[in-house]
Amino acid sequence: MSTVSSIRRPAAGYLETLLAGQPQWRASSLAWINALRKQAVSRLNVLTVPTLRDEAWRFTDISPLTRLSFQPVCSAADLQPADIERFYLEDATTRLVFVDGVYAPQLSNTLRDGGLMVANLSAADTAKAAAIEPHLGHHAAFVHNVFAALNTAVLQDVAVILVPRNITLAMPVHLLFIATQAEVASYPRCLLVAESGSSVTLIEDYVALQDEAYFINPVTEIALADQAHVNHIRVQRDSAKAFHISNCAVSVGRSSHYQSVSVALGAQISRYNLDVLLAEGAECVVDGLALIADSQLADTHTSIDHAQPNGVSRQLHKCIVGGSAHAVFNGKVMVRQGAQRTDSSQSSRNLLLTGKAQVDTNPQLEIFADDVKCAHGATIGQLDNEEVFYLKSRGLSDNVARSLLTYAFGAEIIDRIPVASLKRRLELRMLEQTGSLT
Amino acid sequence: MIYQESKTLLEVRGLRATVNGVEILKGLDFTVKSGEVHAIMGPNGSGKSTFAKVLAGHTAYEVTAGSALFEGKNLFDLAPEERARAGVFLAFQYPIEIPGVANSQFLRLTYNTVRANRGQEELDPLEFDDFVREKMKLLEMSPDFLGRSVNEGFSGGEKKRNEILQMALLDPRLAILDETDSGLDIDALRTVSQGVNQLANKESAIVLVTHYQRLLNYIVPDFVHVMEAGRIVKTGDKSLALELETRGYDWVAAEHQAAAVVAVVA
Repeated sequence: MSTVSSIRRPAAGYLETLLAGQPQWRASSLAWINALRKQAVSRLNVLTVPTLRDEAWRFTDISPLTRLSFQPVCSAADLQPADIERFYLEDATTRLVFVDGVYAPQLSNTLRDGGLMVANLSAADTAKAAAIEPHLGHHAAFVHNVFAALNTAVLQDVAVILVPRNITLAMPVHLLFIATQAEVASYPRCLLVAESGSSVTLIEDYVALQDEAYFINPVTEIALADQAHVNHIRVQRDSAKAFHISNCAVSVGRSSHYQSVSVALGAQISRYNLDVLLAEGAECVVDGLALIADSQLADTHTSIDHAQPNGVSRQLHKCIVGGSAHAVFNGKVMVRQGAQRTDSSQSSRNLLLTGKAQVDTNPQLEIFADDVKCAHGATIGQLDNEEVFYLKSRGLSDNVARSLLTYAFGAEIIDRIPVASLKRRLELRMLEQTGSLT
Repeated sequence: MIYQESKTLLEVRGLRATVNGVEILKGLDFTVKSGEVHAIMGPNGSGKSTFAKVLAGHTAYEVTAGSALFEGKNLFDLAPEERARAGVFLAFQYPIEIPGVANSQFLRLTYNTVRANRGQEELDPLEFDDFVREKMKLLEMSPDFLGRSVNEGFSGGEKKRNEILQMALLDPRLAILDETDSGLDIDALRTVSQGVNQLANKESAIVLVTHYQRLLNYIVPDFVHVMEAGRIVKTGDKSLALELETRGYDWVAAEHQAAAVVAVVA
């Protein structure tokens, strides 16, 4: 970093600050990884940190992020299982743990069996590396996305899940990303490749040990071949002071089924970009919940791209906004020319709990085919007075009545999580949070 | 039942109430004593449901005049939840669905809240489960309804049973049943009525708001009141309901107007 460059291009200077002295900046033994990083670095020389003037960021001011300086993680905190056991899920024992973005083998339970792999990238042999190469960095495009480029530029540890043909993983895979330090930047990376006919449930779980400010910039790529089935659950329960900016790109093959539930509870500012590309006859169900309060900002941008005919997409996104928090939802559904018989529905439902809470929702439908069934809609409202009265007429106080209804509003999304232990955990968290919100 | 040592539970005098500035109740008088069953009948728009909601404390209705004493306390000084805890219960005409909240959880929460406020012991989930299952038998409700979300996907009849189940749990002094019979088939009507009859006792009273005499074959009222334009214009015994069934409401209104004219002339 130099003063000169920060005067010339402040944002680029900021990126250089983040990149400066990356300790993991070691060459990989895989030449293509080094090449990938190099491309990403060269994009960083061109790209800048978005501002409110960028259309895709016009509601999300990330200048507070750029005013802080975050250091790279120099050494991973030495955690013992006892420190993090409370985050374990009893029905997801295959677990990869990353501490401030750095893989923690002593805390992880990997899985390797023939073509099956649930492990860190470094464990990949030649054959696995060859299976990874066509996917890693190829779904989450970083050419125009500064945060994806940033993540790729420092790519080191990667949670890799390879599920071979016709294999069903009965147990969910739990990726646990634990933040432990203040003022550090971490770059979690995940790749899931589901071969044809395979089936897997993936849990991406972001947690914090302390209530600190840090910057976390994950990128996840998910590729489903034909007739595969992926359940993807994403839980962002970062510290309330954190900055969480993430990208996820999903490519859904012919007649495959991608189902995701993403839940945003933490972070001072969070942004989740989810891009789903649907091949012929592919289906996706993309649900989301943001439950925020105080001065939190949670922004979800999704794009569902019906590139080929006969695709089905379903989306329900809900925001519960308390305090002076601000939720943003931008959901784009694209139906390309030739994507006939597309069946798509999208719904954005928002609950404002206070007069200062704010929601910006923008469902977008772009249709270039003529034989399609598409519906979308958005609602923004407060708790229904009839419902509140019903509960009060049963003796419940105004507070309890309101928090119960708020809880119920969010529970519709949590209910869709197919992992019982995680669902229960989130229900309890939601009960607590809605209780304090109203 | 009417009996000698009964106490006055509710005394409403000159009640006027508006919704969105429109006056619906126009000087209503109504007295209920312990042990009694009252039926309030009347044509659409006469104010029956408004009266029920005003008693329960619905905020959409503004009380502009009059008083309502419940066991000596001014009902209008109490918030809806305080009325419920004091023993006022309203069975809704259209019970609200609450997706995402298990019925068992909701029932236990309301039960324990009301119990705690009455200085009674709360029940833990296991104890409550036994208790509520007993009450459900009264209404021939399947225990499956405990695991489902509150009223979500319930049929009309199932919702009404769930209302009476809540009445059974909360053990009110004054139960107001707002068109509990609407949407019930004959079998459901019989079951729900039997449930209500078993809950009736000397300490409490029941007010039935209904359009139809049919319900009163099963829950026999001590008094039948006819509401017209926001007032009770005629009170009789159960035979009045039968008369209304055959003659309709018009004659009552006509008779009331005639009486009013006579009063003015006198």
